[in-house]
Amino acid sequence: MDDKIATKGLNAYFGDVHAVKGIEIHIPKNAITAVIGPSGCGKSTLIRCMNRMHEVVRGARVTGEVLLDGHNIYGSQVDPVQVRAKVGMVFQKPNPFPTMSIYDNVVAGLRLNGEKDWKKLDSAVQRSLKLAALWDEVKNQLDASGVSISGGQQQRLCIARALAVEPEALLLDEPCSALDPIATAKIEDLLFDLKQRYTIVIVTHNMQQAARIADFTAFMYMGELVEFGVTKKIFENPDKELTEKYITGRFG
Amino acid sequence: MASSRGLRQRGRALRFGGDKVFEYSVMTVATLTLMLVWMLVVRMIIDAQSSIERFGFGFLTGEDWDPNRDIYGALPFIFGTLMTTGIALLIGVPLSVGIATYLSELAPPWLKGPLSFVVELLAAVPSVIYGLWAMYALRPVMVDTIEPVFQSVLGWTPLFQGDPVGLDKFTAGIILAIMIVPTIASVSKESMMAVPDSQREAALSIGATRYETTRMAVLTYARSGIFGACILGLGRAVGETMAVTMTIGNANLTSWSLLDPGQTMASLIANNWGEAQGLQLSALIEVGLVLFVIALLINIFARIMVGRFMGRIPTTGGGL
Amino acid sequence: MNRFEYRKLKNTLASGLALACVILALIPLVYILAGVVMKGAPALSWEFLTSRTAGTGEPGEGIGNAIVGTLLLVFYASMIGLPVGILTGVYVSEYGNNKFGTTVRFFNDVLANFPSIVVGLLAYALVVAYLNVGFSLIAGSFALAIIMIPIVANTTEEALRMVPNSLREGALALGVPRWRTVLKVMLVNGRAGIVTGALLGVARIAGETAPLLLTSFYSSYWSFSPAEPIASLPLTIFRNYNSPSEVLLQQAWGAALVLIVIVLALNISVRLLMRKNKRRPKAVKNRWMTRLPLKG
Repeated sequence: MDDKIATKGLNAYFGDVHAVKGIEIHIPKNAITAVIGPSGCGKSTLIRCMNRMHEVVRGARVTGEVLLDGHNIYGSQVDPVQVRAKVGMVFQKPNPFPTMSIYDNVVAGLRLNGEKDWKKLDSAVQRSLKLAALWDEVKNQLDASGVSISGGQQQRLCIARALAVEPEALLLDEPCSALDPIATAKIEDLLFDLKQRYTIVIVTHNMQQAARIADFTAFMYMGELVEFGVTKKIFENPDKELTEKYITGRFG
Repeated sequence: MASSRGLRQRGRALRFGGDKVFEYSVMTVATLTLMLVWMLVVRMIIDAQSSIERFGFGFLTGEDWDPNRDIYGALPFIFGTLMTTGIALLIGVPLSVGIATYLSELAPPWLKGPLSFVVELLAAVPSVIYGLWAMYALRPVMVDTIEPVFQSVLGWTPLFQGDPVGLDKFTAGIILAIMIVPTIASVSKESMMAVPDSQREAALSIGATRYETTRMAVLTYARSGIFGACILGLGRAVGETMAVTMTIGNANLTSWSLLDPGQTMASLIANNWGEAQGLQLSALIEVGLVLFVIALLINIFARIMVGRFMGRIPTTGGGL
Repeated sequence: MNRFEYRKLKNTLASGLALACVILALIPLVYILAGVVMKGAPALSWEFLTSRTAGTGEPGEGIGNAIVGTLLLVFYASMIGLPVGILTGVYVSEYGNNKFGTTVRFFNDVLANFPSIVVGLLAYALVVAYLNVGFSLIAGSFALAIIMIPIVANTTEEALRMVPNSLREGALALGVPRWRTVLKVMLVNGRAGIVTGALLGVARIAGETAPLLLTSFYSSYWSFSPAEPIASLPLTIFRNYNSPSEVLLQQAWGAALVLIVIVLALNISVRLLMRKNKRRPKAVKNRWMTRLPLKG
């Protein structure tokens, strides 16, 4: 299977703190890859390197390569702004823009690129909200503020917003940890449908979630990639002892 | 048994009785602030009585201020205040928002603190020193360079008629702009820094540049705080006395031209205090009352706007 | 240029514009400081600082009485302003979680935003006219005290609010009466904030001119009686700023220099104090707790 995203010798630092240590990982196309591991193991930092969000923090540094379809996104000619439009991200706490309507939230990225044709914007809104399984619930209140809807709906709005700019991959950083089980289930279902068109990487501290929806799973510990493989294998028959310890709950 | 319990109860009452005494003493002192405000209002209304009775509401629209005929109207000064503060805001607000943006979003961490402090130092300079500087450094620049330029480009509008003398509403407006910049900039900066990072991340993650992120996520989120900051600046501008008095030219006329000298409510009082008596004194105090009411309303409005966004407004130094 | 390059250009321009605003605002500051130093320094001499402002324009004048005048005005104003301000701040912070406290806070904010000339009107109406003291040092100090109170009250309240509630609760749980708790919190933990407020208040009123115009008026003599008019640095500047006499103009610049040195020194000290406090360790809490009396 082709890699959508691959890293080579990836190291990430917060000042002197070495958060991600020499990782080489291959994220397959059109599949869901979960990244699991105990708190502080570096999984959020890892995916934030994949869309160049890590370097936004003051004092943060990245060395190594991250390849998107074979091209290094940390190349000297590459502009991080363009990378982030190609690799979208959804965060732990839903963060829709409170001063904008649902409609404006979804098209925010398109408007940045100068799209003014309201017909195109309308269809983008409908398409993105349908992909995010939110269209039926909000189609009659597109003018409502982005924060007037429930938490689970807000998170799906954020997914729609990320999808509207038609990225090639979608990164999700513990997207359900602030949500109740029903909202979580809705998002897990939509991710399952999305993987046909997008490459998805999801960080989760919830192992059952990884087992439920992920095709592939990566296990990280203390900044290093311990094991990577088909989800079934990782959970039923892992190669490394550390992985087994984590899966069976013997630590973290 | 009963007596020892009684003793203990009395002991406790003695010790905690001190509590009530202390609390009420402190409360009494705190009430002084309330009393001061009331005393001011009452006293001013009393002293302005003769003028209020004589002119009624016509005071606010009367154009004449003539001690010889004992006729007083406040319109020229309300006008002057409006024009100078208008210019001050026109120049000061964009400048302040730019400064706040730099300090909040763009400055490297080691520079943020010292630079913020230096901007706040602008507020610490006493107003009378601003006036002194304006007289000798700003005025020549205005007369020789800036005003002629404006007159050549915009001289056909009523705003720029007449000859540039340097001591006029335009100069007063500019010095006022410099003086309100620290107020607007620091409150705006606080508002912007209070915007959570998750908002910025949201904008960045859909491929926004730094500028677009600031516009989309920070400025909109902080807009009521920034608006409140501007109103606060307006409040300061309205009450500003010395620098304006020293630059506005001290002329009691109502004129649309920025190049004409004028008078604000505050500068009128400052300029005329020494010799005024009788009805003129009463009229001056009435002008002070009008100024007070305007400043009060502006500040209440500002407080509502900023209070909606953050808890308190920082008090900075700076003489008026 | 394609859309993306256009966006990048806007980004660069906007950043540059923001920086330009900062520089533009700093130019007057630098210009004023430089101007005051350059024009005022030549006037400074021991004689200058110790002679009185005769106002005649003859050489041999100085600003000695103005300096002393300002010091006295500030001193008397602080006598009233500091205690009232601090106690008001204490009240609002420690006892003020009720409607009355909110009212006090509101009125305090109103007071803080009075135009200073209006404060002058009040002091005039009460002290100069009603109490018939006339233009005087005491009237000026009263006006300055009114300006000072809200500043001190605000900083005191903020300083006390930053003291963690666990200190207060711990003391109360040990049986210490409320008033002693408040006193301890004030004197030990809130001390730095209160000092900061006092310095800021002094820095502010030292430069105030408008209220003095209406209350303490001016005096060219060395009289320091409370019921008499008195000279002050800001008014020296105002009286002489457009004087044709070179000597008098020098007085204005010299006074400006002295005044701005005082004001800047105070503001910078406040800044340094604030930075020092941020680094103070939380061990203060322990020291405070051990000073409590043990229950017998």
